[in-house]
Parts: sequence; C-alpha cells; structure tokens
Amino acid sequence: MPVEIYLNVAASGLLTGLVYGLMALGLSVIFGVVRVVNFAHGEMMTLAMYLTLLLFSALKLDPLVLLVPIAAVLFVFGYLLQLGLINPFINRPEHSQFMLLVAIALILVNAQLIVFGPDAQGIRTAYSFDSYQLGPLIVDASKVYAAGAALVVAAALFAFFRFTLLGKSIRACADNYHGALVVGLNVRHLYALTFGIGAACVGAAGAMLMAVTDVTPTIGPAYTLLAFVIVITGGLGSMGGALLGGLLIGLTEALGGVLFTPSAKSMFAFGLLVLVLLFRPQGILGKKAA
Amino acid sequence: MIGRLLEGVPRRGLVVLAALLVLLAVFPLFASGYLLAVGFLILYFAYVGQAWNVMMGFAGQLSLGHSLYVGLGAYAAAALYVHFGLSPWIGLGAAIGISVLAGAAIGFLAFRFGVAGVYFAILTIAFAEFARIGFDHFAWVRGSSGLFLPVANYTENDLWNLRGSPTMFYYLMLAMTVGAFVLCHALLRSRMGYYWLAIRESPEAAEALGVNVFRYKMYAVVISAAMTSLAGVVFAFYYNNLFPEQIFHISRSIELILGPIIGGIGTLVGPIVGAFLLTGLAEGLRELMLQLGIDVPGVKQVFYGLCLLMVIMFLPDGVWPPLAKKLGLHR
Repeated sequence: MPVEIYLNVAASGLLTGLVYGLMALGLSVIFGVVRVVNFAHGEMMTLAMYLTLLLFSALKLDPLVLLVPIAAVLFVFGYLLQLGLINPFINRPEHSQFMLLVAIALILVNAQLIVFGPDAQGIRTAYSFDSYQLGPLIVDASKVYAAGAALVVAAALFAFFRFTLLGKSIRACADNYHGALVVGLNVRHLYALTFGIGAACVGAAGAMLMAVTDVTPTIGPAYTLLAFVIVITGGLGSMGGALLGGLLIGLTEALGGVLFTPSAKSMFAFGLLVLVLLFRPQGILGKKAA
Repeated sequence: MIGRLLEGVPRRGLVVLAALLVLLAVFPLFASGYLLAVGFLILYFAYVGQAWNVMMGFAGQLSLGHSLYVGLGAYAAAALYVHFGLSPWIGLGAAIGISVLAGAAIGFLAFRFGVAGVYFAILTIAFAEFARIGFDHFAWVRGSSGLFLPVANYTENDLWNLRGSPTMFYYLMLAMTVGAFVLCHALLRSRMGYYWLAIRESPEAAEALGVNVFRYKMYAVVISAAMTSLAGVVFAFYYNNLFPEQIFHISRSIELILGPIIGGIGTLVGPIVGAFLLTGLAEGLRELMLQLGIDVPGVKQVFYGLCLLMVIMFLPDGVWPPLAKKLGLHR
C-alpha cells in the first residue's frame, strides 16, 4: 500500500481522536474533582448524540451550532445527577459508587432504546461529503470542523479552570476536600457544577461526533470504555492528558484498523492501556499520587 | 472436620440452611422446564458470585472483568471436546490451568507495579475486552461465528461428558454452589482468610504486621479465577454455544457481580440471596411484561435499573446483613 494511505488514515484518526479526547476530558474532570468514576459516561454521550439528531431534524441547525444548547442541556442533567444521586455516595466505598453509576447507565441505555429504537441513525449535513486536500492528504471537512470545535471547547475549559474564581475554587475542592470545606466553599454545589461541566464536555463531543458517525443506544458502553482507555493512557485527572490520550487512541485505532483488520482495532487500544497501566500507571501526563 | 466447619454457626442458621438445601434438592420434582431453567440460572449466579466474592469481598480487590475467566474456562473445555472429544472434566484441568495463568498474570502485573483501586478494576476490564476481541479472531475456536457443541436428544444423563437433561445440570450446579459455600466458609476461617480481611481493611497495616500482601492477594485472584472457570465449563456444556461477543462481554462481568453486591459483599450468604433476588426480579419482570402485553425492548431493564438504584441507595451493605440481624442469624 502507498504511504499516502497511512498518512490519510493517521490524519483521520487524529481528528476523530480529538473529539474522543473532549469526551474523555469530561470523565477526567469529574474524576479529578469528585473522585467518582463515571460509568455512565458513554451513555451520556449517546444521549447527547440523540439530542443532536432530534434538534437537527426539527430545526435543521448545524451540529456545530447545536453543540452549545446541547452542552447546556447536558450540563443541567449532570448538575442534577450529582446533586440528587451521586453526592450522597461521595464518602461510600468505590464499589458502592460503581454500582450506583452502573444502575444509572442501565436506565439511560434502555430508556434510549425505548425512545429511539435499536437501529443506527445518522444525519447528513451540507458538507458531509466535502473534503480538503493538503498535499497528499485528503481529510473530511466534517472531521476537521469537529476537531477544531473540540480544541476550542477544551481551550475554553482550560481558561475557565486557570483564570476564573469559580474554576479555582473547583480546583481547591479537588486538591483538598476538607480544606475546601474549612475555607467555606460550598463543596456539594461545586461538585455538582463539576459533574455538570464534565457532562457538558460530553454534550459538545456528542454533538460533534454526530456529524461524523451514526448512533445506536447500545454503543454507549463502548464509549464508556473508550473514555476510560483514553483518560488512563493520558493520565486520570489531567486535562492535557485526556486530549493527548484521545489523539493517541485515535491514531492507534486508525492504524490498527488499516494494518490488521478493522474489527480488531480496539484490541490495540486495550493493549496500549495495559502497557501504560503497567509502566506508567499514573498515565503519560498524570502526576504520581503521593 | 465437619464439627470444625460448623463451629460458631448459630443453630437457627443451620436449620434455615438445611431447610433451604432440602427445598432446592426437591425443587426439580415439582418444577416445570421453565422454572428449572430459572433455578439453574439462580444457582449459576450464586456460584460465580461466591467465586467473585473471594477476590472482592474477602481480599478487597475489585474485579470488573470476571467474564474473562468464565470465557476462558468455557472455551478451553468446549474446544477440547469439539476437537478431540475430550471429557469436560479433563477439559476442566485445562480450563483451570489457563484461567489460573491469566489470573496470575493480571495479579502479578497489577500488584507488582502497584496498580490498585479504580486502576486495577479498569485493568481487569481491559484484559477481558482484549480476550473478547482476540477470540473474535481466533480461528481454532471459530472466531466470531461462534463455537457450537453437538446437540442431540440425550436419553440418559452422561455426567462424564456432561451431556444430559436440564435436571442433571441443575443438580450439578447445586452441588457446585454448596461446594463453593463450604469452601468459602472454610477459607474465611483459615489463616489465609484472616490475612485477606486484614488486607481488605488496610493493606498498609497488614504489611506492617508481617502479612505477605502480594502473595495473599495473588492467592485470592488465582482461587477466584479457578472457581469461576469451572462455572464457565458448565455454562458451555449447558448452552452448547459460545460467542466471544457474548461470553467475554463487559455486561456479563457486571451481571455476575450484581448478585454479591446486592446480597451483601464479603458475606457468605450474600451472593446466594443476591442471585435469588436479581434472577427472580428479572424473570418476574419478564413475566409481568408478558402479561401486560408490553413488548418494547428495554422496559424490563429500566425497571431492573430502578430496583438496583433503590437497593444501592437504601441498603448500602446489601440485603443480607440487615436481614440476618432481623432473623437473629448474625454472629
């Protein structure tokens, strides 16, 4: 096979990887602050994708425009979920939190199955078949836009956590739970806010991914696993790590698919995860736990 | 020996256990084919739940990838039977060997490199998923098109080749469940059992007291893997078909650990109570949907999820510990 094919596949993998990275960023933010592993992450992703589908067919708006209202809806969803259900579990053992989120995931997947049916559905934008040519590279326009939007959202999030007072107080909760309580921060509210922000990342990523691929309710768990693989590869709790992990996994899956068989592509992602866990358990950009 | 096993168990508990055992033993005489299948499923989940509980409930190591051991056991015995006509009991040797090796490899890598907590749980998922996709492309066991065991109408029960009626499988599963219960009871009372509990409560404190934490965590993984693979062997010969997409799937791993978590993690009776409740609930809901004429996929699972949510919110230690207290069965 000519080299151009590999380059094209790699470029496409990297672009999709950025969208995956944004989804994983949500998981990473939630874990980094609330210390809860969101086992319903992929199910929230398909929820966002279905919302995009509905709004697209009702309003004929571009997914890149829709990502703002959908991120907002997911934010509210995440906020209420944390405030109502997850906050009481903050000091419970890990397996107990895990069960709670598994139950939530089960309800989400099957509610979507009831509402939207089992068939794969997709949308077609005006630029679905457009592409850009850059020397030997030919890349899908949808993927370029989606990746660009993912970068913008991620940059906004970085800025929020670094420069705003609210972002700083959330980081304070992450650094020291009791310390945050002592200085009078409303930790329950901040946790809910964090979960909402994580869910909003998923909402934005879901809207963008809808421009690139189809959705079925049962794909949810696969996205959950994908998000795990990405954040652990990059470093759980590290924001840059999530994006880097997304790029790496996108690249690995794309090249694995073309070098071997496409159905075996996730094996390479899991292989990478195992290697990272063994040789750098904190992830590529993660900080070693004290 | 039996005297030592029964030591310290409250008399009321013994009476209840004996009554339950008698009930389970005579159950096939009255049950229809459908109920017998449900009974088998309950016992299956009680058994694998007990096996998983050794790792999580006793030694505190959360595995979310136990479908790996079910699948490896099932495939090892089924492939040897299909290719060489070997009895599943010989295949069981291979099944246990492979599962123990897999468990030991995961345990060694994780515990040597300090992978713990959430990371350990996700590592176990990664290995199970790796196996799922790997077996999809493993031609010797027919890959994703599935491995089928020859099915015929067996007039007599052949326990050596595990070919026979559902009743035979029911009693086999019952014997395994009782065996696992007795084994776990004995394990918990052994020196190793106390080491496990120490490790579960505080690995640092256990280490400081001179417990070889690495070694006993390894024992927990290996014993749990071996027990689980036996369930896989029986599963393969009961259902006669194996698909990597199903047997190694993460939903299988989760299904298997719901019982002990709902029943009461770390208790001996918990996995059994949990299996009864969950399988009963699932089948009851199915029946209810059928009666109501609701034929929408997903409705049953939403109810199931809501019930799980209720239990986990209001009974954080599971159903059994508070129930045992009410019945006066706790020690």
